[in-house]
Amino acid sequence: MPEYQTHVHDVLVIGAGGAGLRAAIEASASGVSVGLVCKSLLGKAHTVMAEGGIAAALANVDDRDSWQVHFADTMRGGQYVNNWRMAELHAKEAPDRVRELEAWGALFDRTADGRILQRNFGGHRYPRLAHVGDRTGLEMIRTLQDHGIHMGIDVHMECTIVQLLKSGDRIAGAFGYERERGRFKLFRAKAVVLATGGVGRAYKITSNSWEYTGDGHTLAYDAGADLMDMEFVQFHPTGMVWPPSVRGILVTEGVRGEGGVLKNSLGRRFMFDDIPENYRPQTADNEEEGWRYTQGDKSARRPPELLTRDHVSRCIVREIKEGRGSPHGGVFLDISWIKARIPHAAEHIKKKLPSMYHQFKQLADIDITQEAMEVGPTTHYIMGGVRVDADTQMSTVSGLFAAGECAAGINGANRLGGNSLSDLLVFGKRAGEFAAKYAVGQKAADVDGSQADAAARRALEPFERGTSGEGPYQVQYALQDMMQDLVGIVRNEGEMKRALDCLRTLRARAARVGIGGHREYNPGWHSALDLHNLLTVSEAITLSAIERKESRGGHFREDYPDKDPAFATFNIVTRKSRDGSTEVSRAAIPPMPQELKKVVEEMK
Amino acid sequence: MGQTATFRIWRGNGHEGTFTDYATEVTEGMVVLDAVHQIQAHQAHDLAVRWNCKAGKCGSCSAEVNGHPRLMCMTRLNQLNLAKPVTIEPMKAFPPIKDLVTDVSFNFRAKKSIKPFKPRPPDAPDGTWRMAQADVERVQEFRKCIECFLCQDVCHVLRDHRLFDEFVGPRHMIYAAALEMHPLDVEQRARDLKDAYGVGFCNITKCCTKVCPEGIGITDNAIIPLKERVIDQLYDPVVKLLRMFR
Repeated sequence: MPEYQTHVHDVLVIGAGGAGLRAAIEASASGVSVGLVCKSLLGKAHTVMAEGGIAAALANVDDRDSWQVHFADTMRGGQYVNNWRMAELHAKEAPDRVRELEAWGALFDRTADGRILQRNFGGHRYPRLAHVGDRTGLEMIRTLQDHGIHMGIDVHMECTIVQLLKSGDRIAGAFGYERERGRFKLFRAKAVVLATGGVGRAYKITSNSWEYTGDGHTLAYDAGADLMDMEFVQFHPTGMVWPPSVRGILVTEGVRGEGGVLKNSLGRRFMFDDIPENYRPQTADNEEEGWRYTQGDKSARRPPELLTRDHVSRCIVREIKEGRGSPHGGVFLDISWIKARIPHAAEHIKKKLPSMYHQFKQLADIDITQEAMEVGPTTHYIMGGVRVDADTQMSTVSGLFAAGECAAGINGANRLGGNSLSDLLVFGKRAGEFAAKYAVGQKAADVDGSQADAAARRALEPFERGTSGEGPYQVQYALQDMMQDLVGIVRNEGEMKRALDCLRTLRARAARVGIGGHREYNPGWHSALDLHNLLTVSEAITLSAIERKESRGGHFREDYPDKDPAFATFNIVTRKSRDGSTEVSRAAIPPMPQELKKVVEEMK
Repeated sequence: MGQTATFRIWRGNGHEGTFTDYATEVTEGMVVLDAVHQIQAHQAHDLAVRWNCKAGKCGSCSAEVNGHPRLMCMTRLNQLNLAKPVTIEPMKAFPPIKDLVTDVSFNFRAKKSIKPFKPRPPDAPDGTWRMAQADVERVQEFRKCIECFLCQDVCHVLRDHRLFDEFVGPRHMIYAAALEMHPLDVEQRARDLKDAYGVGFCNITKCCTKVCPEGIGITDNAIIPLKERVIDQLYDPVVKLLRMFR
C-alpha cells in the first residue's frame, strides 16, 4: 500500500463540537491517548450556533423541578418512542454536567442569589435552561475547547474522515484527508467515537452549517452499524424567511421564552387555536396567563407558543397554506409588543436576545425591538442516528461509539429545545468514558491496507473525470430541492416513493461528478465527497419515513395524519445488507421499568 | 437590485497569486459570502474559502472586502458600491494557504500559551459557586468573542511588525482579560502578561476594537485594564521595595 501519514491513538474522536470535545476530554482524563478530528478549525463546530440554553433540572429558579419532571417532559416530547434509559440517564446527569462546565470557566447568567439562571423553553414544565443570553452554544464550545487544549489531546483540524477501517468485526481506525494539502491520513485506533452532528444539508432550507452532511451516520452505516429513527427530522418552527439569502437561519426559541408571540396576517395568535390534548392541562388558555408564565409567575401555565417544535411548525405551515401567512411566506413573531407591558422594553430585548437583535438588524434591516419578525420552519435537527447502547454509547459494531446528534435514542420522535446541549454533555462524557475503557482492554488491531487503498482510489475518482463531468454543487442543490419538496414537513407515500426514484437518479449523477484543480484546499472536491453521505442519509430518512405509517413527533404523514398506538411499540432500523441495499426493520422498544412508568404517569 | 456585479477575488497559493474578476448576479439581501458561493458553484469549483454558519456566529469567513477586514457572511452587498468591482482578499497578517484561506494556526498556539482557568474552592458544600450578574457581565463581554481573528489581522504589531513571538495579539489579550477578571479565577498572570504575552507592545491605536464584529471594547475594557494590572503588580514602588526585603 502507498505510504499514508499515520497516526496512532487509543481513542479517535471524529467531530469536535460539544459531544466530541466532551468525549475527548473524558477519554483523555482517564489516561488513554486521544486523537480529535475536526472537519473545520477547532471551535467552529455547529454547537457554536446553539442559542437558547442547556436543559438541566438544577431547580435553581423553580424548586419543583427534578430529574423526574425532566425525564417525563423528554418522554412526552419524544412521544414515548425514546430510549427510556437514555432519557433517564440524561435527566439524572445533566445537572452535574452543567455544574462541571462552570468549574471549567463557563459564565452563565445568574439568579438574584448568584446561582445559574434558568429560562423557559418549549415542552419544559419549569424554567430549566442554563444560558448565556442567546449565545449558550458559543459559551459551551469555548469552555470545552479552552479546557481540552491543556489535556494533551492531539487535534487534527480541517480533516475529513471518508471511511472507518475494520479488522474483522471490530473497529481498527479511520481513513481521511486533510484539507490544506489534500493528503490522505490513516488513523489507527482501538476505539472510535462518532460525534459528527446532523444531516441538515440534505435539505434546501436549513439552520445547519455546511458541515452537517451526515458524515457520522454514513460512516457508521457503511461500517455495518444500525441506524435508527431516521424518519424523525425536526423542523424548527422559527427560521428567518427574508431576504432569500438568509432563509433558514435560526431564530431562537428564547424569543418565545421571553414573551414573543406568533401571529398570522390577521393579527390572530393562532397557537391558541390548536392545543394538543396531552398538553392541555399544562398550557395557558388565555393571553394574560401566558404572559405571566414568561415573567416567572409560578401559578401560571405556559403559553401555546411554547408547545413542542413539531406542533408549532405544523401550525405555522397550516396558517401559511390557508392563506394567512406573512408577505414572504412565513408568519409573524413579535417580541416588540412587550413594550406595552414592561418599561425599557427595547433595552431588555437587546440584553436578553442580543444575537437576534443584531442578526435581524444586519441581515434584514429589521429592528426587533420595534417590529415583528417574519419566520417559518427550517430543517434543524435529526432525532435519528446511530443505534447505541444507552449506558455505553457503543453502536452495534464493536469499538464504534456515537454521541450527540449523530446518535439516536434520547429524543424519540421529537427533541425538546435545550435537550441537545445537555445530550452532548451527558452522552459525550459517557462515550468518552466507555470508549477509553474499551480501548484499555484491547490490543491494537491490524489495519488491512487494502481498505485504505480502496478508499483513497474512490476519493480521487472525481479528479479523473475532470471538469467534463457535472459539477458537485449542482447535484447537491438538486438533492436539497428534492428532499425539501418530497420528504419535508408534510409527507405522503406517493411523494416518498418518487423520492426514492429521484435518489437513484441522483446517485447515478453523483457517480459522474467531476472536478478540476488540484487536491490542495479544493471545496469542489470536498463537496463531491460529501454527496455519498448526503445521499445515504436521505435514503435512510425516506425509507424509514415510508415504513412509519402514522404521524408522530417530527414525522407527519398526510395520508396517515393520526398517531397509531401500534407504532408506539417499536423503532425503525436501517442497515446495509450484504448485497449493498438498505434493509429496513422494526426493533421492539423494551418495556419501561415500573418506577419510570410511575414517573410518567404521575407527571401526565 | 437584480443586477450583475463584479467581484475581484484573490486567487493564489502560499507563494504567488493574482486577482481574478468574476461577474455574478446580485439579488436582494445578498451578502459577500453568497456571491463567493455563487461563483464557486458556477464558475470556480476550487475557489477556497472558509465558512461554517453563515450567521455571524462561528467567525470562519474573515476576509478583507474592499480593503476592510470583515466577516463575509455579515457584509451586505447593498452596503458596497457595486458600480466598481468588489475586491475580496485573504487576511494579510497570516500566511496564505490558498485563495481566501490563510494559516491561522498561530492563534491556537498563542491561546495554549496562556495559563488556563483556575477557580477558587467552591463556595457551597454542593461544590457550586455564587456570583452576582454584575460581576460576570464584564467577562461575558469578552466571552462573546467568536475567534474570527480580524482583530489579529489589523493589529499592526502582528500585521506590520510581525512580532508573533513577542505578542499574543488582541484576541488573546481579551482571552487573558476574561480569565483575569473571572470572579472565580485565582491564577497569577501579571508576569506572563508582561513577559510572555507582550501586553506592553499594544500602543492603544484601537484598530482591533474598530473591526470587532461583536463590538467588544477590546482596548478600553481589556487591554488597558491589563496594562494597569501589570503596573500595579510589578511596578508599584512600595510593593517593589517590600519585595526586595522579603
